[in-house]
Amino acid sequence: MAATILHGVGATTALSSINYNNSRRSLPERKRTSLVIQCDGSLSSGLNISNNRGAKLSTNAVAQTKQENVTASTTSKPGHELLLFEALREGLEEEMERDPHVCVMGEDVGHYGGSYKVTKGLADKYGDLRVLDTPIAENSFTGMGIGAAMTGLRPIVEGMNMGFLLLAFNQISNNCGMLHYTSGGQFKIPIVIRGPGGVGRQLGAEHSQRLESYFQSIPGIQMVACSTPYNAKGLMKAAIRSDNPVILFEHVLLYNLKERIPDEEYVLSLEEAEMVRPGKHVTVLTYSRMRYHVMQAAKTLVNKGYDPEVIDIRSLKPFDLHTIGNSVKKTHHVLIVEECMRTGGIGASLTASINEHFHDYLDAPIVCLSSQDVPTPYAGALEEWTVVQPAQIVAAVEQLCQ
Amino acid sequence: MALYLSKSGKFLPHFITKMSSLGMINLSSLGSCLSQNPPLLTEDGRTSYAAPGNDPTHFVCRRFGSVKADKLASISTNADSQLLNFPGGVVKFTPELKFLSDAPEERIHCYRVLDESGHLLTSDFVEIDKDIAVRMYKEMVMLQTVDTIFYEAQRQGRISFYVTAMGEEAINIASAAALSMDDFVFPQYREAGVLLWRGFGLQDLANQCFGNIGDNCKGRQMPAHYGSKKHNYFTVASTVATQIPHAVGAAYSLKMEGRDACTITYFGDGGTSTGDFHAAMNFAAVLEAPVILFCRNNGWAISTPVSDQFRSDGIVVRGQAYGIRGIRVDGNDALAVFSAVHTARKMAISESRPVLIEALTYRAGHHSTSDDSSKYRPIEEIEWWRAAQDPVGRFRKWLEMQGWWSCESDTELRGWARQEVLNAIQVAEKAEKPGLREIFTDVYDVPPSNLRDQEKSLRQTVQRHQRDYPHFQF
Repeated sequence: MAATILHGVGATTALSSINYNNSRRSLPERKRTSLVIQCDGSLSSGLNISNNRGAKLSTNAVAQTKQENVTASTTSKPGHELLLFEALREGLEEEMERDPHVCVMGEDVGHYGGSYKVTKGLADKYGDLRVLDTPIAENSFTGMGIGAAMTGLRPIVEGMNMGFLLLAFNQISNNCGMLHYTSGGQFKIPIVIRGPGGVGRQLGAEHSQRLESYFQSIPGIQMVACSTPYNAKGLMKAAIRSDNPVILFEHVLLYNLKERIPDEEYVLSLEEAEMVRPGKHVTVLTYSRMRYHVMQAAKTLVNKGYDPEVIDIRSLKPFDLHTIGNSVKKTHHVLIVEECMRTGGIGASLTASINEHFHDYLDAPIVCLSSQDVPTPYAGALEEWTVVQPAQIVAAVEQLCQ
Repeated sequence: MALYLSKSGKFLPHFITKMSSLGMINLSSLGSCLSQNPPLLTEDGRTSYAAPGNDPTHFVCRRFGSVKADKLASISTNADSQLLNFPGGVVKFTPELKFLSDAPEERIHCYRVLDESGHLLTSDFVEIDKDIAVRMYKEMVMLQTVDTIFYEAQRQGRISFYVTAMGEEAINIASAAALSMDDFVFPQYREAGVLLWRGFGLQDLANQCFGNIGDNCKGRQMPAHYGSKKHNYFTVASTVATQIPHAVGAAYSLKMEGRDACTITYFGDGGTSTGDFHAAMNFAAVLEAPVILFCRNNGWAISTPVSDQFRSDGIVVRGQAYGIRGIRVDGNDALAVFSAVHTARKMAISESRPVLIEALTYRAGHHSTSDDSSKYRPIEEIEWWRAAQDPVGRFRKWLEMQGWWSCESDTELRGWARQEVLNAIQVAEKAEKPGLREIFTDVYDVPPSNLRDQEKSLRQTVQRHQRDYPHFQF
């Protein structure tokens, strides 16, 4: 599938191979699949694959604006620091600025600024109509978003909590995913559906849903999960620019993560995984919040002499089997760490997919750590036990590498 | 909070939130604020509060002012307290413990222009010139012909499924004629006539029903699930009432762009029971979206009669419940439908508001080719409606009285239409079906790697077992 900003399949193939080479870069470089878009809207014909952060980057208004935003304390280092929800907002705002067709709809996104402040200030800047407060009817405002998308707008539908989008399942499955296909390609639906999901801190079962499990089967949609301010902004921008319907999964507990991100504009690829920590003993595949549990476990593992390779899969539909496959071919052991429930989660599909494609490269069966098949309990200790913890990850790696 | 305004108008939303945070305000002290800062009546009759710069703190300072009642003389204040400005507006109190009736004394009246014999009953309708009127009639006849022949084709096993619009020809054609090509149509599945009016050809219809390579939906949808971007007619989906929120969203997009166009969406009596109908009506009203919500109340949702579908007086009464203007029209009267849609369109666009139209009619055919309605309703009833209330016949009588149509023209037209439809079917039947490739295209903008793999795998399977896949073309 073409990355959203490239035309044609040929370019895509080139992109994946190029980005693979790029992905072996060490962590501080943080130059993952960065593609530079000139701010006059045209694509730079050469992909900016090397580590020239300074060269070939846009020099016009956007970069300059970012310069102004850099506070005194950060003038010594390039880029600017912000929290994940601010990164999402920044990406969203840049896209709204760039394209007047981009609009937002959801509950309390307007004057209230969104329950997680992702749309704060946008209604004041762009008006009530472009940042639209909707009544409480998820199926219907998702339907509205689909109708608006078919007629030329690029709406971003916010589910206050991903769990509420279960009410929108009919529209997402039967219309959003299908109308491009059933209309013979006549009507496209460039909608982005986003919101926080996952297990929070004692939010109760109904507010702790992992909707990626339920949606992963729907043909016609793409799913991505962000986990850092850097990839949050990049994925938000990519999702908005994509002509396919994209569901962007955020996590309730990650909104206040802080990171320094580039001042220059960047857009990430929707179909690529992120190499978090190269290694050689075991491939650990994870996404969203579990990335942090895995990295915590990785510290312990390194002290014990293991060298885990950690990949944040980011793209939940389709899987980036290229990056994953290369890793499996190197380490021959796979551990999947997810927050979904055991039955029918992303881990289950990923296990099947890896077994199907890379069976010959595996020295051991794939191990998948997931939450149990129970509704998430409210009590703190109980809730903690339903989420995969670093200690479990360490134990699993130790066992896998025996 | 007691805040008095001379009209139960709407506050500016931010004003309300700020006001509610001020807590209880004494009516009397407010009086002084009002006299110093009288509410403004805006052009659309709404009351807006314009404290200097709309500054809430400025307003708060005035709440401790003295009592003055000059501007409030028309409504009693202080001791009487006969009304209260609740969130949402001023409401008068009543000492009577009285419930609103569940049903009106009389059902809402139905707008009709032509009687069954084609005579004009009123001069209150939108005039149509001869060309449009004759074209309308021809398209109604064509729609009837298409329906009859395609239905027969399904019975002969040539297509797998079909839905007719028998009895609803006036709704289809007259509503389409009253719109402009820029208006977006979000159909349910009984509005093929709207597409015909807009220029979708017979061959296109036939191609879609046969799902051949000429089908612009590439063989992906059931017969009669038409869609054409060129004609601003959005692809029919089998899901009930999902098109209503789509129409509201599209109207929102039109409103954002300030275009001289509206959207129209059609749905049946059954569709109004869904959650999507409710929320879309509500949204349309709150958003002030230029959408025409057209309900074809034909009395039946498959086998469910309206008495089992709802207990309200049809659909038109619901409009007011959502704050939407509505009208009930005789769906078998082409002139009435035309006038209603024409006027509704003007209202929707110039005032940026939704309008509800309930067209009362009768589903003269079966729900679809998978249904035999004689099982749940008397054949005499069907026959009566088909004959006595036939919209095509009624319109023809009026045309003939105008001197715009004749018997001979009719025979000629019907003969010609029949031949055209039969030809289209014959051509469509012989045409090739879409290739294997079309299973995998348009799922996304470009097929992703997993779909490319699956296509390869399927091709290999088909090639290896060609005898088991005789129909397959590559």
